[in-house]
Amino acid sequence: MRSETLIWAAVAAIFAFLFIPIVVIVLYAFSAAPIPAWPIAGFALHWFADTWHDQAVRQALVLSLEVASVATIAAMLLGTLAAMAVARMQSAAKEVVSFIAVLPIALPGILTGMALAAYFAFWGINLSYWTIVAGHATFCVVIVYNNVVARLRRMPRSLTEASADLGADAFRTFRLVQLPMMASAIGAGALLAFALSFDEVIVTTFTAGAQNTLPLWIFGAIRLGQQLPEVNVVVFAIILFTAVPVLLAQKLIGESGKVAR
Amino acid sequence: MSLNRTFSVLGWRRPGMANAALLGLPALWFAALYLAAIGALLVTSFWTVDDLSGNLIPGFSFTNFQQLLSVPVYTHIALRTIGIAAAVTITDVILAWPVAYAMIRLAGPRLRAAMMAAVMVPLWSSYLARVYAWRLILAHNGLLNWALMEIGLPRAHIGYSNWAMWIVFSYLWLPFMILPVAASVERIPPSLLEASADLGERGFSTFRRVMLPMALPGMVAGAIFTFSLTLGDYVTPMLVGGRGSDFIGNVVYSNVGVTNNIPFAAAYAVLPLGVMAVFLLIARKLGAFDAL
Repeated sequence: MRSETLIWAAVAAIFAFLFIPIVVIVLYAFSAAPIPAWPIAGFALHWFADTWHDQAVRQALVLSLEVASVATIAAMLLGTLAAMAVARMQSAAKEVVSFIAVLPIALPGILTGMALAAYFAFWGINLSYWTIVAGHATFCVVIVYNNVVARLRRMPRSLTEASADLGADAFRTFRLVQLPMMASAIGAGALLAFALSFDEVIVTTFTAGAQNTLPLWIFGAIRLGQQLPEVNVVVFAIILFTAVPVLLAQKLIGESGKVAR
Repeated sequence: MSLNRTFSVLGWRRPGMANAALLGLPALWFAALYLAAIGALLVTSFWTVDDLSGNLIPGFSFTNFQQLLSVPVYTHIALRTIGIAAAVTITDVILAWPVAYAMIRLAGPRLRAAMMAAVMVPLWSSYLARVYAWRLILAHNGLLNWALMEIGLPRAHIGYSNWAMWIVFSYLWLPFMILPVAASVERIPPSLLEASADLGERGFSTFRRVMLPMALPGMVAGAIFTFSLTLGDYVTPMLVGGRGSDFIGNVVYSNVGVTNNIPFAAAYAVLPLGVMAVFLLIARKLGAFDAL
């Protein structure tokens, strides 16, 4: 089949396009040169130690981890509740909830960021840790929500009804029947929500004020052309550490291999 | 336990109440924070700023919108943003098809899972890392120019240009197109394709007349993301676009961060809101929301 060969050739080229930049990032992390250039002249490991001891990077990392943790917890709660409500609803109401939940990531990032900035200015709220968390939680909800909705769709209603018939009240049914069946979907959604929050820059700029999350630090450093070797190390580390939760999440979601974002 | 039981019985008899109890918290969050924020954006877009003190002046004035419409550079920036977002969307549709088709129709289950993982990893890899990688690749002394020189071609000057933005945006959002297209190809019953072949259609004709229309919702679902994410970006234009390649987002960003003119920034941000509202209405008509 000639056309099949052509398709596979195109696929190979497209995957090369997808992965060459990632390989480039990995290689530059070990580059010795203070200013990045290709071909890489020499390799060194000392930038890793330098980056690790950079207080600005550390503070940004800690802030990012804190924000992502709290935003993920909020998104788990809100997303799971909304998904459980939707699983019981008629299709028209379902559509409205799904539509509103997806808006924060389906609408342009600049719009979400600007809307939050205008809203906080409107109330005279100073930008702080909590304004970052509020923004992140809002666009993370849909990640958990989509994963749990997909799981509940495959989960027969009869199990919940059987539990009720056997005398369990709604809370007991939730604890013993629904939660165990949803757990891996909630976990997968949480991992992806964490990865999304940890990496977000477009909206965060508008909600962070003077503080630096890790992506804001990277953005600032690249823009100013400063500390580029440390940037190389940080982006390499981020790629390495986000690949783990993503691949793990994919395992949790199961065979279908679909991750709703 | 009896209180639990009371709630349980109530929830069973009146499903509406149980739904409201479950949905209450998320609904409150979205209403009080997100939808209210969009409302605040619309309201403040009619406000102005006191030139001297920099204080916000509430009111209802079309000043910001008049300025946006009367200064040509804002029209240029809007057209550039929408134009590149459209070009990126078309590019990603074209690039997504071979991958989606091979993944669903040609690959065995193991290869398919590996390909799926290979699409997921860049999707969730750090956005900034990937933009930065392209900045390094397209730079004057980067990988691209090195490769061109090695094969005896002159250096390309596409770093810091609209071409660079087109390449980088197409790269960034490609996985968002591959996944929904693959999902909608998966839903096409193979029997339909066989029927088309039995009726004498050749391979490409079957693709054009059967697969393409049936996978339209998937393509539109992907387009929501490729188009909207490009439309709302300002980081990529700053990092790989260089001078004279501002997006709507860059104007909004500098009016909030530098000039501190929130009403003007809000007024310009209303444009992507309007564009996406039209886009989402069309997407809904085409059934894209079922494919999200």
